[in-house]
Amino acid sequence: MNRRMIFNTLGRLLIALSVLLILPTGVSIYYKERCTLAFLITAAISLAIGISLTLLCRTKNHVIYAREGFAIVSLVWLSMSFIGSLPFVISGEIPSFVDAFFETVSGFTTTGASILKDVEAMSRGLLFWRSFTHWIGGMGVLVFVMALIPNVSDRSIHILRAEVPGPIVGKLVPRIKDTAKILYLIYIVMTVVEIVLLALGGMPLFDSVVHTFGTAGTGGFGVKADSIAGYSPYLQWVIAIFMLLFGVNFNLYYMLLIRKFKAAFKSSELWCYVAIVVLSVAAICLNIYPLYENFAEVLRLSVFQVSSIVTTTGFATTDFNLWPDLSKAILLILMLVGACAGSTAGGLKVSRVVLIFKIIGREFKRLIHPRSVSRVKFEGKSVDETVLGTVTTYFAVYMAILLSAFLVLSLEPFGFETNFSAVVACFNNVGPGFAGVGPAANYADYSVLSKVVLSLSMLLGRLEIYPLLLVFIPKFWKKD
Amino acid sequence: MKIVVAGCGKIGTTIISSLVEEGHDIVALDISSDALEEINNIYDVMCICGASTDCDVLLEAGVAQAELFVCVTGSDEINMLSCFLAKRMGAKNTISRIRDPHYNESSLGFIKQQLDLNVSINPEFMVARELYDILKFPSAVNIESFSARQFEMIELRLKPDSLFDGLSLSEIRKKYPGNYLIGTVVRDDEIFIPDGNFVIRGGDKIGLTASPFEIQKLVKRLGLFQKQAKSVMILGASTTAHYLAKSLLSSGHTVKIIEKDREKCQKVSDELPGATVICGDGAQQELLLEEGITTTDAFVSLTGIDEENILISIFANAQNVPKVITKVNRGELASMAEKLGLDTIVSPKKVVSELISRHARAIENSLGSNVERLYKLVDGKVEALEFKVRSDFEYQQVPLKDMRLKPNTLVAGIIRNKRPLIPSGNDFIIAGDRVVVLSAGHQMNDLSDIIR
Repeated sequence: MNRRMIFNTLGRLLIALSVLLILPTGVSIYYKERCTLAFLITAAISLAIGISLTLLCRTKNHVIYAREGFAIVSLVWLSMSFIGSLPFVISGEIPSFVDAFFETVSGFTTTGASILKDVEAMSRGLLFWRSFTHWIGGMGVLVFVMALIPNVSDRSIHILRAEVPGPIVGKLVPRIKDTAKILYLIYIVMTVVEIVLLALGGMPLFDSVVHTFGTAGTGGFGVKADSIAGYSPYLQWVIAIFMLLFGVNFNLYYMLLIRKFKAAFKSSELWCYVAIVVLSVAAICLNIYPLYENFAEVLRLSVFQVSSIVTTTGFATTDFNLWPDLSKAILLILMLVGACAGSTAGGLKVSRVVLIFKIIGREFKRLIHPRSVSRVKFEGKSVDETVLGTVTTYFAVYMAILLSAFLVLSLEPFGFETNFSAVVACFNNVGPGFAGVGPAANYADYSVLSKVVLSLSMLLGRLEIYPLLLVFIPKFWKKD
Repeated sequence: MKIVVAGCGKIGTTIISSLVEEGHDIVALDISSDALEEINNIYDVMCICGASTDCDVLLEAGVAQAELFVCVTGSDEINMLSCFLAKRMGAKNTISRIRDPHYNESSLGFIKQQLDLNVSINPEFMVARELYDILKFPSAVNIESFSARQFEMIELRLKPDSLFDGLSLSEIRKKYPGNYLIGTVVRDDEIFIPDGNFVIRGGDKIGLTASPFEIQKLVKRLGLFQKQAKSVMILGASTTAHYLAKSLLSSGHTVKIIEKDREKCQKVSDELPGATVICGDGAQQELLLEEGITTTDAFVSLTGIDEENILISIFANAQNVPKVITKVNRGELASMAEKLGLDTIVSPKKVVSELISRHARAIENSLGSNVERLYKLVDGKVEALEFKVRSDFEYQQVPLKDMRLKPNTLVAGIIRNKRPLIPSGNDFIIAGDRVVVLSAGHQMNDLSDIIR
């Protein structure tokens, strides 16, 4: 195991983080807030650790294998979350470290679950930072660094695989560096377009930037206690549509860019995603119509909530906790499914779900005709048996972790619905759950243990389990 | 530059590896997803799974935008057809591996013209030619020619008590004057391009450029002289062996080929009536002794299995065969074999990947760099680059010893009026010359890049 290379990369990343901290510092200086100092201290700490790590762990051997890739990704995410939580603690606005850590993990993993009882009391710099972590975490910070630093190792594909969600990670162009650049370029352009559209609709600039970060990373941190509910229908529609757009595999946008329209619209994952959204919206519309009796409003509410939940963003325009059980059940299932692979969303991912159903179908066929041979096809190609194997294993591990986290949370006295939806919402990086952790409530009342468990499940969900899980296996760190 | 490589076998992988190192954008194509998986893990390339004769697959790989399309699958026909399709779909240049002697001997020109193929490569033939060069001058560990064979670099392994031991290059020059140049020194896996203060030690492997006469003189002085091999024993009747035996026979050598497979034996003896063909297992020492391994001038092991070649060569070395040549395909085994005392190792993969990167450079040249020709020497660690001197070159008429060159860079040859010249410190470069530069560890695109 090439530990020097791992820590060297970690060091470089912390330097990058200190540079990223300049943005919120600028915001807090602009609003003349006291948290400026907190950001400067954090940036200094990050820079100091980063520089000393890169200097101490210089190495000629830049080769990284799969396990180094996993180690780099999980260590980077853990240390980023620790350092990212310092501004909250130092400024004293979230005095408890565990709370600050929970909030930051929730930011970087694009969950959007909050422990804040009163969002509107926070200083603007910290609110900006909170949402900016969504934006960084959405596309992946290592991908970002890969796009910038020169001399990317040939084998960085292992890092890309560990950080980018989805069962199969494909490159857009031959080089990883260029792939990373293209991904971020698309990401930045879409972000800017949304900011402009929101600002044109009359949303204050600060609010538009923050909400765009929340949408782009499919995170869900806002600046208002009632999330998006207070804004005009136009703004709600813009956000709803952009949430859906950020839930689409970014490879498709690249195909559009290089004018391969046919190939882009042939993607079966895209159409499954669209079908899921349309069916859920239709079902919820019918289900909640009696509550509002105004079709335009019903449509807007259901589209917004469905796109917010299916892309695991977690914005809300109404307290969907008050909706009938059927609608809540649909939303809960959407939380588990998530959006497309290769997007910024969390959850199982549509492609995995489709594959799982295809595997089940094949298994039924095999039970009837024990000697039958059939390949599972997806996106017009036969799927490799090893990929199918990893998908089923992933699902099993996913369920195991979900249930164990639920078991730990059951020590809390908040009731079955609250605890279960809290685990589901955190593990799938959604944010708000139901009942006690619904869109109108927060996670503040959970004990330290539960907050740590939830933070870990957010990280596990974002990194798709394996990288983080491997770090806790002693064998993984053995030298051989 | 965008390059599509179809066929990711042994040769394909080596090509990809050297092209990635050169900094090209590579798309790798193969029908086996396992082979691609391996490549995707190691190299920063895009992998596409599919048949290279499938237009959709070619389109997906982006051949239309590709500067170069290389097809090295196992089948000549697939290679030719894929190159043809790629060219029609917009690839600027195509290189195909064609190794069947039928295509190569009679109709190659016609095929290349009809398919609009830029280059065809025949690894076996290229290896045979390299082997033949070495057998012509067995004192050398290796012979590499560059600049269209105008210069030859002879690699010699110095004896531990060599005359050069402990002398710096400038001292050697004073003591043993002559028109020669030491271009490379390999010591314990490390490679140097020496300057005047570099001290040679016994056991070093040095690369010499000089006229044939000078080399004979030096080799004799160093006590390394070996007579030209008259009788050659070849193990394995592979295609390479076939080509090699053919050229050896036509220049009057006696050739003995040992092959296990009876059918192959018959085929070889049909085609090469002058050769002695022995049907038997070359791994049996008894057989080799019986067939006179102790008296042969040279032994070449060309079986398809690296390990077998290495082990039998070690045996031949122990029998004091004057020249033992081993074919080793896998790079990591080659360096191990060298540690086991086998000096002369040829690798088909290396030969091919060199050729491809040379073509890639030549194409890139037309896109901005000024390298006229490129050769890779000493396991690809040293490059011999040929530049044409344009009239705006700054350092004309400056003696070479006064130019401040980058470390590990050397002007190894000048071609003036089509005549090769081995330069000393007092020579200088003028416009219209072609200059051959040896360099290690630099990426050079222009002659002025050699100056510090």
